[in-house]
Amino acid sequence: MNVTIVDYNSGNISSVINSFKEVAKDKVNIEVTSDLNKIKSSDKVVLPGQGSFKSCVDALNKISGLVDTLNEFAINNKKPLLGICVGLQMFADIGYEETETKGLGWISGKVSKIANQNGKYKLPHIGWNQINIVKDSKIFKGIENNSHMYFVHSYEIVPEDKNVVSATTDYSSNIVCSVEKENIFGTQFHPEKSDKIGLKIIDNFINL
Amino acid sequence: MLKNRIIPCLDVKNGRVVKGINFVDLQDAGDPVEQAKIYSDGGADEICFLDITASNENRDTIYDVVEKTSKKCFVPLTVGGGIRSVEDINKLLNCGADKVSINTAAVQNPEVVVESSKKFGSQCIVVAIDAKKNGDKWEIFTHGGRNNTGIDAIEFAKKMEDSGAGELLVTSMDRDGTQVGYDIDLMSKISSMVNIPVIASGGVGNLDHLVDGIKLGKASAVLAASIFHYGKYSVKEAKEYLDSKGIPVRI
Repeated sequence: MNVTIVDYNSGNISSVINSFKEVAKDKVNIEVTSDLNKIKSSDKVVLPGQGSFKSCVDALNKISGLVDTLNEFAINNKKPLLGICVGLQMFADIGYEETETKGLGWISGKVSKIANQNGKYKLPHIGWNQINIVKDSKIFKGIENNSHMYFVHSYEIVPEDKNVVSATTDYSSNIVCSVEKENIFGTQFHPEKSDKIGLKIIDNFINL
Repeated sequence: MLKNRIIPCLDVKNGRVVKGINFVDLQDAGDPVEQAKIYSDGGADEICFLDITASNENRDTIYDVVEKTSKKCFVPLTVGGGIRSVEDINKLLNCGADKVSINTAAVQNPEVVVESSKKFGSQCIVVAIDAKKNGDKWEIFTHGGRNNTGIDAIEFAKKMEDSGAGELLVTSMDRDGTQVGYDIDLMSKISSMVNIPVIASGGVGNLDHLVDGIKLGKASAVLAASIFHYGKYSVKEAKEYLDSKGIPVRI
């Protein structure tokens, strides 16, 4: 099996690579590439993302044909795709970080800044927070409710259809921190930095 | 609910772990990769490497340490010391660091903070503020505490937030290595001034100091070196103690 981590200059992806390689050992081949043919032929795709919504969307668009290839992979062929952090946020129709920017439009909704309630909540939301699992997600197999995951973000995805939400976390409000829509998965937290429990989520995705 | 973080810090020199008292009298005490692994297995919420002699010698050893550690530890890894440029940051991130902590360069050339937070995101840019009390204010020191800049630490903290820092690592130079506790006044003043998380550092000698850093100093995270490194307390003991004092921690 081939799992491709999309390398589109979205910032620091070495931790994502290290964690997937740790989980995959020799059983699964982990590719790190922006090569469209390799993405097309892989079994699963991971879409990381760091920095701002706009910078990630811009970086995706800079690689000619990449967005079309991802659409074909996830929407037409319905193969499993995992978005992490801004990788998840880009599933939305629109994001408001820096400036209004169009997303991939896979999950109807928007990405907006977390309400800090006049400074009561510091931003970025950095650190370990518990997830409240609200629906059975395949990537949560063996993960207990209220497990701690590592977060670092200032923006949240707000999906229109709440049925895609698989987990929330409590920071200022119930922030959506995981989604599952058919073959499309996303986590706002960083499984690659969430110790053994995070690696278990990666293992679940690899073994889908 | 978001948990307060406990961050063990490893001072690294030429690829080996040391911890100085007031930045001198270094004692060699182990392999950083193994140490980091012990900490992450013991429940550390993050690991911090401070490359203390990076400004002067053997700069490249830290890259090797970071690369090896990031393949074994799956909690956030922050690396500081001797970072001068956006290119240095890029190199550390590529080696597997999740965040970098910038000290001297942020003071001398704040553009580095602006540029790097734009390029890599605020989430990975920590500005390290080393401050020493002078009369009724605190002044910023650079170069591992050797140079007094005369810059007001509180004003500088605000400026760094505006420049794009994602977190501030605040160290009291008066307290560092003394084990008498954090400079609570300094921590709470800065924490109240900014809307980004503050990590308290410098002076921890017992577990009550960690409690004070969070409760009184209003820090989001507490960093300590010696108490963990020489086995006085384990990270687990620290967390259990904080928990018993009503502080939310990941257990």
